[in-house]
Amino acid sequence: MIEETLGNDADNWDILITSRRSYFDFNIRELWRYRDLLMMFVKKDIITVYKQTILGPIWFVVQPILTTLMFVVVFGNIANIGTDGVPQILFYLGSITMWNYFSETLNITSKTFTDNASIFGKVYFPRLILPLSKVVSGLMKFLIQFALFLIVWLYYLLIKKSISPNVYIMLIPVLLAAMAAISLGFGLFITSVTTKYRDLAFLVSFGVQLLMYATPVIYPLSRIHHHRIWLWLNPLTSLFETFKYAFFGSGTFSLPWLLYSLAFTAVLLTLGIVVFNKVEKRFIDTA
Amino acid sequence: MIKAEGVSKLYRLGQIGTGTLSHDLKRWWAVTRGKEDPYLKIGVENDRTKKATSDYAWALKDINFEVKQGDTLGIIGKNGAGKSTLLKILSRVTSPTQGAVKVKGRIASLLEVGTGFHPELTGKENIYMNGAILGMTRKEINRNFDEIVNFAGVELYINTPVKRYSSGMYVRLAFAVAAHLEPEILIVDEVLAVGDAEFQKKCLGKMGDVASHGRTIIFVSHNMQAVQSLCKSTMYLKAGQLQDYGQTSAVINKYLSKEVKNCLQRSWERSDAPGNDVVSLLSAQIIPRTDDSDVILISTAIDIEFRFVVHKEMDLCLSFLLYTTSGNCIFNVGTPTEVLKPGEYHSRLKIPGRLLNDDIYTINLLFVKDTSVIVYQVEDLLTFEVADEVRTAQWYGKWPGAIRPDLDFSLL
Repeated sequence: MIEETLGNDADNWDILITSRRSYFDFNIRELWRYRDLLMMFVKKDIITVYKQTILGPIWFVVQPILTTLMFVVVFGNIANIGTDGVPQILFYLGSITMWNYFSETLNITSKTFTDNASIFGKVYFPRLILPLSKVVSGLMKFLIQFALFLIVWLYYLLIKKSISPNVYIMLIPVLLAAMAAISLGFGLFITSVTTKYRDLAFLVSFGVQLLMYATPVIYPLSRIHHHRIWLWLNPLTSLFETFKYAFFGSGTFSLPWLLYSLAFTAVLLTLGIVVFNKVEKRFIDTA
Repeated sequence: MIKAEGVSKLYRLGQIGTGTLSHDLKRWWAVTRGKEDPYLKIGVENDRTKKATSDYAWALKDINFEVKQGDTLGIIGKNGAGKSTLLKILSRVTSPTQGAVKVKGRIASLLEVGTGFHPELTGKENIYMNGAILGMTRKEINRNFDEIVNFAGVELYINTPVKRYSSGMYVRLAFAVAAHLEPEILIVDEVLAVGDAEFQKKCLGKMGDVASHGRTIIFVSHNMQAVQSLCKSTMYLKAGQLQDYGQTSAVINKYLSKEVKNCLQRSWERSDAPGNDVVSLLSAQIIPRTDDSDVILISTAIDIEFRFVVHKEMDLCLSFLLYTTSGNCIFNVGTPTEVLKPGEYHSRLKIPGRLLNDDIYTINLLFVKDTSVIVYQVEDLLTFEVADEVRTAQWYGKWPGAIRPDLDFSLL
């Protein structure tokens, strides 16, 4: 009886602050309790980006339009890389919209610790809230750009009748979630390993640029004839190909590789969160 | 309720970078073999007066304490005593190297006012932003919104971006949000240093309110006034170690008597007494006219006594100069010039209470011949600190002025 009361007493603490924490001590309930904070961060990101600009959120769509035109000129006409018969504007706009979401989320989440050192040094909240908020605010921006893409897509679909989408369009939420998870997983991992030794941070933005060429963004996978397996190993490949297949009816859809991507994503995200949780406690001592 | 058990924190001194990787590898290797972290052993006490002998220092070493629900705890100590480190651990910004802190209830910490304020956001948006960062839900903020705006006095500017606020408004708004937190435990660093006297009064009043509602407050400050008036019990840290923990006034007295580097007495044998062939000084002593031993408060009258030997007959006087540590001379008084025959003499200067301000003072003593020629002088003879008393007013800032005389000033 006495032992039981003692046991109860020991369990009665709400918070335990120690140096040790297991790798899988991941508190979803706490994360949920801070959901309002997540929404505030998202709101802040969106409001502050274009404050004191005249065009405001229109800038969200100017960027992909200009990049698309550039790609049409450079890759479509000068380099003459084909698009599998898909109208060039549509092909590049779709790819860019998807790619931007991935690369921007990765770039910003991979700087979570260094960018927010001053806040992290002053107040506690589950650190994961910040990178998660970047994923969500990135998604808002993505949705605006995606709406632009849908308008162009509908034009080619209904008026030009030059593309033949299929039912795999239903997979778009899965593709998006996977993209978000890959960029978040990578970002968490990178920000965690660069808190103490900054070396890797220099590689990130450069590496993301290189990664774009290792992913079928500006070219269709069908253009690659040899050693295609290496491209498939990139978890982004099947996501982009599924996207193109679903919307344009032109990509290469492969269920095994899509499942591989999803599995890869799950592992990467878990690893990212684990490492991130491990680092977050001591980060402020080495920042 | 908070219980700290053997909390310690080790910091690496110097640059993070070169050498860290090899230390990290050694540490990792030791820990994977199940051995103790080799660098925990070589940490030294965090004493800023000595040159570091190790690359590692304990910012906190083996801190144990318990705070009950509804208590107000003050933490005092000199710079570098480990106060901020302890606060950071309690607010979960960093984790201890060893030991554990157990907490019951929600913690909110105010290590800074306005954490997360964004200059582009309006006052209203920042209230929600800052509140959320400090751990409030949207509902809680909604409930307190009007009160926060009122407390800060920014009704007119609530939809203006805070970058256009005056610094005073900014700070008031930030504190207002924090003051309306409703955690069981509130941790406050010296944020009271900001704002004008009226606002300070408001803040302290608010904190007193919070405490009286059965919530726990942990308050770190250099300001003995504020600690005295706000905290029931107090913890005194020195070089990362817990020196004393108990009832506030007792701990503050201990702190003052230990930390104040008073040099109240010096004396010499005739053979090695400082001086020359005209005079030599035998002793100098400050005697506080109080029962409370060493602590000199602004109300304490003190006597300063000198013994000296005159070797040659001459017209001599003693000139006494009182300096603050910043080098300002507060006053200079002299004895009347007299013809002194060779022999031993004794002199006493009385400084009444309620003359000096709270500060650290040093004494220079001059022996002057024929009212004009300095025959001998001793600089920095004695040092003493005058501490402030508990004030009755709700204002705890530094009292301005070189002296603080108790003059009759009243309405007629």
